[in-house]
Amino acid sequence: MFAEGLPRARAGRAPDVFTPGGWIPMKEYSTDEEVDFAIIGTGAGGGTLAARLAESGFSVVAFDAGAYWRPLDEFASDETEQNKLYWLDRRICEGENPLQMGGKNSGKSVGGSMVHFAMVSLRFRPEWFKSRSVMGYGADWPLDWREMWHYYTKIERALSISGPVKYPWGPRRPRYPYRAHEVNAAGMLLAQGAEALGYRWTPTPLATVSAPRGKSPPCVYRGFCRFGCSTNAKQSTLIVFLPRAIAAGAEIRDLAMVGRIEMNNAGRATGVHYHRENAWHFQRARHVVVAGYAIETPRLLLNSATNRYPAGLANSSGLVGKYLMTQSNQAVFGKMAQEVRWYKGPPSLAITEHWNYEDKNKDFFGGYCWMGQGPLPIEWASIQTGARGLWGEKLRTEMMSYNHQVGLKMVGEMLPELRNTVTLADELDQYGIRVARITYSWGENDKRLINHALSQMRMSLEAVGAVDIFEQTDDTNHLAGTARMGFDRESSVVNADCRAWDIPNLWVCDGSVFPTTGGVNPSLTIQAIALRTADRIKEMAQRGEL
Amino acid sequence: MSAELFPGYDVLAKREGLSWNDATRRVIDQRLAVSNEPKFFSTEEWLTLEALCRRIVPQPQNRPEVPLAAYIDRAMLEHGDAGTRIEPMPYDGEAWKCALAAIDAEALAAHQVAFRDLPAQAADALLAGMQNGELTDAAWGNVPPKLFFAKRVLVDVPAAYYAHPTAWSEVGFGGPASPRGYVRMGADRRDPWEAAEGKPGNRALALRDNRHVR
Repeated sequence: MFAEGLPRARAGRAPDVFTPGGWIPMKEYSTDEEVDFAIIGTGAGGGTLAARLAESGFSVVAFDAGAYWRPLDEFASDETEQNKLYWLDRRICEGENPLQMGGKNSGKSVGGSMVHFAMVSLRFRPEWFKSRSVMGYGADWPLDWREMWHYYTKIERALSISGPVKYPWGPRRPRYPYRAHEVNAAGMLLAQGAEALGYRWTPTPLATVSAPRGKSPPCVYRGFCRFGCSTNAKQSTLIVFLPRAIAAGAEIRDLAMVGRIEMNNAGRATGVHYHRENAWHFQRARHVVVAGYAIETPRLLLNSATNRYPAGLANSSGLVGKYLMTQSNQAVFGKMAQEVRWYKGPPSLAITEHWNYEDKNKDFFGGYCWMGQGPLPIEWASIQTGARGLWGEKLRTEMMSYNHQVGLKMVGEMLPELRNTVTLADELDQYGIRVARITYSWGENDKRLINHALSQMRMSLEAVGAVDIFEQTDDTNHLAGTARMGFDRESSVVNADCRAWDIPNLWVCDGSVFPTTGGVNPSLTIQAIALRTADRIKEMAQRGEL
Repeated sequence: MSAELFPGYDVLAKREGLSWNDATRRVIDQRLAVSNEPKFFSTEEWLTLEALCRRIVPQPQNRPEVPLAAYIDRAMLEHGDAGTRIEPMPYDGEAWKCALAAIDAEALAAHQVAFRDLPAQAADALLAGMQNGELTDAAWGNVPPKLFFAKRVLVDVPAAYYAHPTAWSEVGFGGPASPRGYVRMGADRRDPWEAAEGKPGNRALALRDNRHVR
């Protein structure tokens, strides 16, 4: 295990992410005090919700299994060192297409995966909220796209998203709060290729600021975004919502792994058992929110089984851990005569969502986008070995073209399937908790979508004169599903408010609640839902419905 | 292979400059100071691993060797008992130990010598067999050779090499970039603190530019 040291957020203070070695005051709650909300996970869902609930006057303790880093003095410009941001505890993968867990889908750090996300901040296509009834596949969401449009606008403002004045696809949206970033050479090659194919493209809306904002300086284009931003230009949960949460009176408990949710005989959750500083503790709470993302959320619900709930909590539907989704992340790479130096700038500075919004001439359901690429040397070597099987002199020779490489990588919708699951294995992790077994196989629709995307991206690269083109056919990234929201307790785990059908004071607030996953990166939608959930909780509290 | 596509370029020349912060200096200093000896693997496993690394990422003779086996050894020491395992393979540390023993068993069965004593061609043929799923010795146990080659050998060995400043200099990567980052984003645009490529006819110019990288 990576040496994690001792918890830092304690004794009335938490790390100040804006000052090397600095501290900010933080309220602390006793474990005996019944707090309004115990939130498990401080990422896009949990961290955002913690801030909004605290700002509404609720008492909040948010737990994270990971460490509380200060980016300015603890994030190295280094692919290897920054593995410390990823969830690398024990997990088992299986199926026809076992998932690759780690940097692309699993954070273990206060702030969650947003600490290392690529900052791509996209809205769902409105029709995706009614995939089943309008598009003919997957499942409908119990959320209305117009309401989501409202919350997308709110979260884009909260993160000062840098993006274009006019977004080329979908219904009108306000212009992005900050100007779009300069598009690097890799992005301009995407643009040229898209134009040659007759598709629109745009600078990607990104959660890294293009001008100063508060204590965040403008992005300096160092290109290590997926390994943690060491300048705080990135508008992650760690630097945006958690300082807000603490200022509003929330407590963040770092290096605190929640292993079980406690239930009483009346069928209500009473608090959480968590492991911190080599001992188990119990925090009392009126409400428990699970926000551990699509693996850890179902794992915790299943590990909290009792005699009354032998199949795990909130699981009368049998759907906890079911309908796990990832997104296809295949790519096409080639070589240019000119120097591209794709390591400069955020990796995905340009995007085309053409095939998210165009439905004609598709032999598959769902959509996908593609973006420019900028893998750093270790990842680039793993693509050469993984996609082409290169090693020996061939590998080293190919690596010499690093500065001339160009690539396009998709984020594609994979359909929810009952057979793709998170279950419990008999093995234990370092806390003595049963580990997750992750089972994944691509469906026929997924394969058709991937093949379509690969041929499209290849055409785009050919159009700009790339040579030695090859495909990376096996990659996937973001996760979703496993605690889906829906219209009734038979076919879903939570309702539109992210509240469990079975247990009135248990909530899920992360990508687990997605019934479908769409063809865009999920973080903005997770955060928009968190903002909505916070508003709904406040309304219900005012009406005495909590 | 051209030994120097970026003549005179050395990422480490930027160590004291604006592209490196203290956190990065600490990490790279530690990496450069790793002792070239096993702490996780047995001596036998270590010798096989060294031989394997030399076939997967061969290094030029005219410069100090990047200690790939040592980096893999330390990675397994630190977190070889965790991470994600793909059924039926064990966690990485145990899988590596099993695979190194199996590679030796395959070499002994086919050539009556240890893997480290095989001539390059025979070693590469054995590894190609591993890559193509043709190895079947009982010593592999729960480690499918083809899966191990794809998911561990071809991931861990290149990751060890391309984590080293020598490799960054070799491929012309800018290396660590905080707090300064980059300014010139367009094609064929180079910041003065980036590697200059020695194109035919301009190697002297590239050499001069690279000597000014700070």
